[in-house]
Amino acid sequence: MTLSTEQGGTARPGAPGPTSPEKLLAPVLSAFWDEEESWTLKTYQRHEGYQGLRKALAMSPDDLIAYVKESGLRGRGGAGFPTGMKWQFIPQGDGKPHYLVVNADESEPGTCKDIPLLFANPHSLIEGMIIACYAIRSNHAFIYLRGEVVPVLRRLHEAVREAYEAGYLGRNVLGSGLDLDITVHAGAGAYICGEETALLDSLEGRRGQPRLRPPFPAVAGLYACPTVVNNVESIASVPAILNRGKEWFTSMGSEKSPGFTLYSLSGHVTSPGQYEAPLGITLRQLLDMSGGMRPGHRLKFWTPGGSSTPLLTEEHLDVPLDYEGVGAAGSMLGTKALQCFDETTCVVRAVTRWTEFYAHESCGKCTPCREGTYWLVQLLRDIEAGTGVMSDLDKLNDIADNINGKSFCALGDGAASPIFSSLKYFREEYEQHITGSGCPFDPAKSTAWADHRTEVNA
Amino acid sequence: MTAHSSNQDVQLGMPQLPAPDYPADVRARLEADAKDVVSRYPDSRSALLPLLHLVQSEEGFVSRTGMRFCAEVLELTTAEVTAVATFYTMYRRKPSGDYQVGVCTNTLCAVMGGDAIFEDLKEHLGVGNGETTEDGKVTLEHIECNAACDFAPVVMVNWEFFDNQTPASARRIVDDLRADRPVEPTRGAPLCTYRETARILAGFPDERPGAVAATGGAGPASLIGLRLAKGESVPARVVSPRGEAVDEPPQPGSRHRSSHDAPQSTSDSDPHHPSGPVTEEGE
Repeated sequence: MTLSTEQGGTARPGAPGPTSPEKLLAPVLSAFWDEEESWTLKTYQRHEGYQGLRKALAMSPDDLIAYVKESGLRGRGGAGFPTGMKWQFIPQGDGKPHYLVVNADESEPGTCKDIPLLFANPHSLIEGMIIACYAIRSNHAFIYLRGEVVPVLRRLHEAVREAYEAGYLGRNVLGSGLDLDITVHAGAGAYICGEETALLDSLEGRRGQPRLRPPFPAVAGLYACPTVVNNVESIASVPAILNRGKEWFTSMGSEKSPGFTLYSLSGHVTSPGQYEAPLGITLRQLLDMSGGMRPGHRLKFWTPGGSSTPLLTEEHLDVPLDYEGVGAAGSMLGTKALQCFDETTCVVRAVTRWTEFYAHESCGKCTPCREGTYWLVQLLRDIEAGTGVMSDLDKLNDIADNINGKSFCALGDGAASPIFSSLKYFREEYEQHITGSGCPFDPAKSTAWADHRTEVNA
Repeated sequence: MTAHSSNQDVQLGMPQLPAPDYPADVRARLEADAKDVVSRYPDSRSALLPLLHLVQSEEGFVSRTGMRFCAEVLELTTAEVTAVATFYTMYRRKPSGDYQVGVCTNTLCAVMGGDAIFEDLKEHLGVGNGETTEDGKVTLEHIECNAACDFAPVVMVNWEFFDNQTPASARRIVDDLRADRPVEPTRGAPLCTYRETARILAGFPDERPGAVAATGGAGPASLIGLRLAKGESVPARVVSPRGEAVDEPPQPGSRHRSSHDAPQSTSDSDPHHPSGPVTEEGE
């Protein structure tokens, strides 16, 4: 077993080789986050900000859509749907207003990429939005930001203000004839609003509950008009593609998963944080370059893209983290939220907590999800407390199976994922909770400060 | 429903009287703000969420008076407004503290110490989930994932980030808040009251000098990949941002059973709400 799965040790290999971070990582969106005022228009322009927009405005909207399609950019919000194709679905010449809605409701447990991106570099999103609106012929775009991140809201207010002042927003953007307004909209606390149709209902001033599809938002979205809903990172990636070219973009990643993306490493690792790299890097490579798991501990299980993506284990360390690779391993790339848990973590506790989350966040519209998540929690709490029975395990599987794929949106599917995958890889641990006297783990050992008496930390 | 939310008894009899209106001066001021909010949207109803934030900035919670105001401005029924206000967790439904202290207890933060922090704060403050200290300063609650997992365990105060917390650092935050000492987040602006925060959420930019720039570009964890890509070595992990050595006994509350995880006061947990209880099992 290599360094990465066992413990920290030295920070990273010495000379830059083919496996050095300099070669493996590719900071694009994060390239200047370390600058003092990274969020300002001035800093953004110093790093070729708004150059992609100028190139986009020199093209016809249809050519622009084709260009983004040819780049192969896929949605970074979890599903991986090709961004250019979403734009292409917007009917043209239909006489209706078109809308762009950016999904900045980042709430999937473990996911923490859009929030730091918007905090440090909001103009990449604004520029991407202007490009997208020009392409789909939209004059009004919205940023639906989850409400619980006021520091990010401040910077979005400021970035939009700066963009208006500089003539990137408002009437006749850069002389192109495009009129564009952006409204920053703060949500009010509901995970379900990250689901695109629930988000649209919420943006219309209603309870955030998913809609039945079809019709898809491209046909009947916001106010029943053609609407593109894109994730923050997807839109923020567009300016760089325009500025540096689709060939540059496709030179990274694989044929079906081209480009760069933000990987978010968290949990029992030596160096949690954001790692921007070409698609297809592996967790082993990320851990190897960043000091591995925390000293003295081993990786037990991890999520490739948030809690709604089936758990993976140590045996999946070399899975290429792209859409196809993770899919072939039985999970999903999702939001690239790599939550790593070591051997001190009780998988039953982890799954119980996630399930409590899904039960709390289920909007209640569809019966399988509303009722199923409730009963999953009851069973899991019993098992965790040592009062479960063996048949509960099959019942868990059965209930999860009755939720999965049987509701309007993917929240229920997400709730089923940790159940299926944890039973697949850790059934024995569930059984120990039932045959023994409850949870055999000491939660104190899992804490960030658990090893401090013996470890020297800064 | 608002005033009697803690009373679980079934009450029959006369329906509640309509909520009183705001005093004329307050109403005039809020109407001007509301007009500004409504003008941002092609359809006025889209302004409902920001307007609920706005009325929350007036009273510190969404009162029946506030909901009546929203309904009148947007030409909706109070039932329509109530249905929305009770769906979202950020709208408080009873008077609460100046500072909302939220401890993330979703899986990753919980495992990394969020559960221990939450248990410790409950004991330290003598309040339970969703309850407010007697001095009206601090409302404690556990929150769901706040998109800062690389800074776990995370505590949010009035929705500003306090990263890499410990029970001791979290105690210090609440002690400072209760003693009116200035408290600054690790990412975000110096704290303002919950009402002032709600006004920003309604879409009115924070006008305080330096608020946008406070705490700089990106937090340390956000920069780790960039530093490695530039050939720098891994920075030592920051565990205690508030500058103290960590030396704490094991936390008594860490023997969790998810028992604290009773549902919050939202529509789906409110037995009085017509949408029906979904997760009412409680403790």
